[in-house]
Amino acid sequence: MYRMSQSTSTMGNEKIRISRRKFLKNATMVAGAAFGYAWLKSSQVLLFAAEPKDESLPWYGIVIDIQKCIGCGSCAKACKNENDVPKEPFFFRTWIEQYTVKNDGSVNIVSPNGGIDGFVQTVPTEEIFKSFFVPKMCNHCAKSPCIQVCPVGATYDSPEGVVLIDEKYCIGCRYCVQACPYGCRFIHPVKKVANKCTLCYHRLKKGLAPACMEVCPTGARMYGNLRDKNGELVKFLKEHTTQVLRPHLNTGSKLYYNALSSEVR
Amino acid sequence: MKFYIPPQIPRLAIAFAIFISLFLLLRHFLVPDTFGKYGHYRAASLIDNEQPEIHYSGQEACFKCHQNIEDKKAQDVHSEIHCETCHGPGEKHVISSKAEDIFKPSGREFCGKCHALNAAKLKSAVFQIDLEKHNVGKNCIECHNPHQPWEMKK
Repeated sequence: MYRMSQSTSTMGNEKIRISRRKFLKNATMVAGAAFGYAWLKSSQVLLFAAEPKDESLPWYGIVIDIQKCIGCGSCAKACKNENDVPKEPFFFRTWIEQYTVKNDGSVNIVSPNGGIDGFVQTVPTEEIFKSFFVPKMCNHCAKSPCIQVCPVGATYDSPEGVVLIDEKYCIGCRYCVQACPYGCRFIHPVKKVANKCTLCYHRLKKGLAPACMEVCPTGARMYGNLRDKNGELVKFLKEHTTQVLRPHLNTGSKLYYNALSSEVR
Repeated sequence: MKFYIPPQIPRLAIAFAIFISLFLLLRHFLVPDTFGKYGHYRAASLIDNEQPEIHYSGQEACFKCHQNIEDKKAQDVHSEIHCETCHGPGEKHVISSKAEDIFKPSGREFCGKCHALNAAKLKSAVFQIDLEKHNVGKNCIECHNPHQPWEMKK
């Protein structure tokens, strides 16, 4: 009633009063939205399925040294044996590619049976500008596209930074297979759910090295705790110029390649 | 002061209340127990992923019995190579101790996986042999001791 009388007597004041109320209301909304955004961002719920919080657990990273890889295929074979990966030559959790850059600039990429049976040099030596092996596996991305697209929360980043699959919860929709920019996922032909490298999570938990790293004869593959600033892996990263695959995609890849050539896709 | 509540509002409110409680009820039964404990996933799945049995035992397990091989291997270039690189998964053999449960590699192709000449292998990374010229027709282990390949058999 008071306001009514005010508005009738002094129209101008009333107008100002409403606009102040509106102003305060809008300002509060903006501040609230900014606060909410900051809070969501700090908890990373928009980016990660699981942000590492538990400092007591390791945060795993991987290094592959291309200069040391001799393409023997032990890793790919051991991976299939250890994880019961189907033997057909299109199901791989890890595989090796041979890149051969010819003198004319063309690039020849081969990966017969994922490199399990070894490589036979197909390009004559005199035509080769340079040649090297690139072992590939899951990059265990910190901001993995595969996790972001899963509609049911069946794939996730473990507290140790290992990207895992919940086989009981996966509906086999193949979104993640499409989303992975590194081609590291496939649908298991028997289980009909997504399958991928687990960094041998079952071995890590028992204190053993992943099977591929266990059998690598030249030590081209390494894994370690990225949190441990004095550890072997961080030491290697400090002393070498390493690069991840497809850095422009901002996947937060934790698989670092030493001596990676620009031809590698 | 009198508030006028249109008659459709209470009806809508009831409908909303029913839908929301139904949603919460369904959610309670459909979402698995440990979902969301650590993140947007079923925490019990971490345990599931720990379950698969190991096939590769690691060379510490091998050396518990085969100390002599460890000593032989330790002398030179093959010291960094773990047993299961060549012998394959060893867990079955570790448990049974039977000779048939472990793979005994032989043949030029097997050694050649690492040692065959290839432009992609750095000379410093591995000693390479031209399999088409080096003692063709002979098996590597006829001359080389597989655990100490730098020494020739008499």
